[in-house]
Amino acid sequence: MKRVRLRDIAHARSGDKGDSTNVGLLANNEIAYEVIKREITAERVKAHFGNIVRGEVDRFEMPNLMCLNFILNDSLGGGGSETLRNDAQGKTHGQAILLMHVDVPDDYEL
Amino acid sequence: MSKPILIGNGQGFWGDSIDAPVKLMKDGPIDYVTLDYLAEVTMSIMQRQKNKDPNRGYATDFVQLMKDTLPIILDKNIKVIANAGGVNPHACRQAVFEVAKELGLTGLKIGIVEGDDILDDLPRLMQTGADFKHLDTGEEFASFREKVLSANVYISAFPIAEALSQGADVIITGRGTDPGLVLAPMIYEFGWTKNDLDKLAAGTVAGHILECGAQATGGNFTRWWEVPNYAQIGYPIAEASADGSFVVTKHEKAGGMVTRDTISEQIVYEMGDPGYYISPDVCVDFKTIQLTDVGKDRVKVHGIKGMPTTESYKVSMSYLHGYKASGTLTISGPDAYGKAQKCSEIIWERLRDAGFEFEEKQSEYLGVNSCHGDINPHPKQINEVVLRLSARDNDRHKISRFGKEIAPLITNGPPGVTGFAGGRPKPQEIVAYWPALIDKKLVNTHVNVEEV
Repeated sequence: MKRVRLRDIAHARSGDKGDSTNVGLLANNEIAYEVIKREITAERVKAHFGNIVRGEVDRFEMPNLMCLNFILNDSLGGGGSETLRNDAQGKTHGQAILLMHVDVPDDYEL
Repeated sequence: MSKPILIGNGQGFWGDSIDAPVKLMKDGPIDYVTLDYLAEVTMSIMQRQKNKDPNRGYATDFVQLMKDTLPIILDKNIKVIANAGGVNPHACRQAVFEVAKELGLTGLKIGIVEGDDILDDLPRLMQTGADFKHLDTGEEFASFREKVLSANVYISAFPIAEALSQGADVIITGRGTDPGLVLAPMIYEFGWTKNDLDKLAAGTVAGHILECGAQATGGNFTRWWEVPNYAQIGYPIAEASADGSFVVTKHEKAGGMVTRDTISEQIVYEMGDPGYYISPDVCVDFKTIQLTDVGKDRVKVHGIKGMPTTESYKVSMSYLHGYKASGTLTISGPDAYGKAQKCSEIIWERLRDAGFEFEEKQSEYLGVNSCHGDINPHPKQINEVVLRLSARDNDRHKISRFGKEIAPLITNGPPGVTGFAGGRPKPQEIVAYWPALIDKKLVNTHVNVEEV
């Protein structure tokens, strides 16, 4: 196995929903989808985001798009126009998830 | 089989590219151009404009766009569907009619869709059984009622289709769903009914993909280095067929790109449970969406399944919820981050000494941690950093006082501090939202088409 960043095997986009954000993590191919489905649990995502996410993380699988959709509950410091955060809408959370590390098979071509 | 209809979205939000809708109309074939101007905060701003002047309360950018494009719209027989009406579709139509008269145009038919604005109707609706409990928390509405600034229902796409069937060239709506702007012409052109769930679901997905403009054509795309010609990025076009399938594309010579990856990223944007996406006309299973490459910058979207929708419409109400302000200082040179942390300490200490505590306060270090917190290790050395200080409180006076405490640091704090050219930050009103549901039977939408 070799250790890579998620950005090497997947792409992502995030958006806001009230005081929560969603992060759609899309695998680049079937092998990568099997890897993220196995490795990227809701618990790991919550730990990765640390004090950005105050609530729980929910995970949904979308095999048709080789996607995992994560809901980061209570992750915008109030959300909407109430939040004081520079990233008021969690626009950058998609880039943040791609910083996670993951193990892929040695013969996985990057 | 009738030929596909071409629907392009030229505006993802109020503030999006001024030129995008014009290019959609001029740079290639197009049948419909949709324009989304409304965010939740926009509705409350518009409502307050209307309170001051009964002829305001709509997206004024749209009137300017019509001034620039009405001749081409009539010449090429392009239909325009815009939620530019805000809280005053009537006044918006009047303004466009005046523009048409100035240009000497005749035969222009403009439709308006109304019934979404329930602000003045709240007392009657509450008497007839609407409780408007908070959708997420279940809180009772009664105590908030006096504070409400605006109240709008996310209405169906069918009234827009009705306006098209009455011959409207331009349709101005208030609050509806964003995807509904794109779904409506499909309902009209293909004669879909409320029972055509899979087709309504497909049209809703088309609207969802198009609603944020260039986010479907390479904007915001993870592998940004692959995107050609961002400067002239094309806005997305759906080539819709009567069976509900559609191809997402862009004008041939426009920049950007349409691939399965740019489309799949946009499909998951602002997504909740993918198995149950609720809209006023249908519930959609996003796990049924299939994407197929059918050529350069052409992705076919098909296989979509719909389910019956709920008995309620979503209502969005806004209310004033205190004040906030943010100010920045740029700190440079040796130990920039350390000095920035010191600046932050000094400012909050001075405010405390002066007797000012806040309901919430925050220091962020742009260049270090403002977006991703502690996910990345903080750099030991950084050339320069922007300190962003923010405060929130119900008391406007306190926020105003906060705004005056930032500039003095340039001369009475650590060295290498600059970047305070913008003046003192002024208190901004915070508009909060009260989401609720309303029984569909209580909402009456109506359509009116007039000709200049």
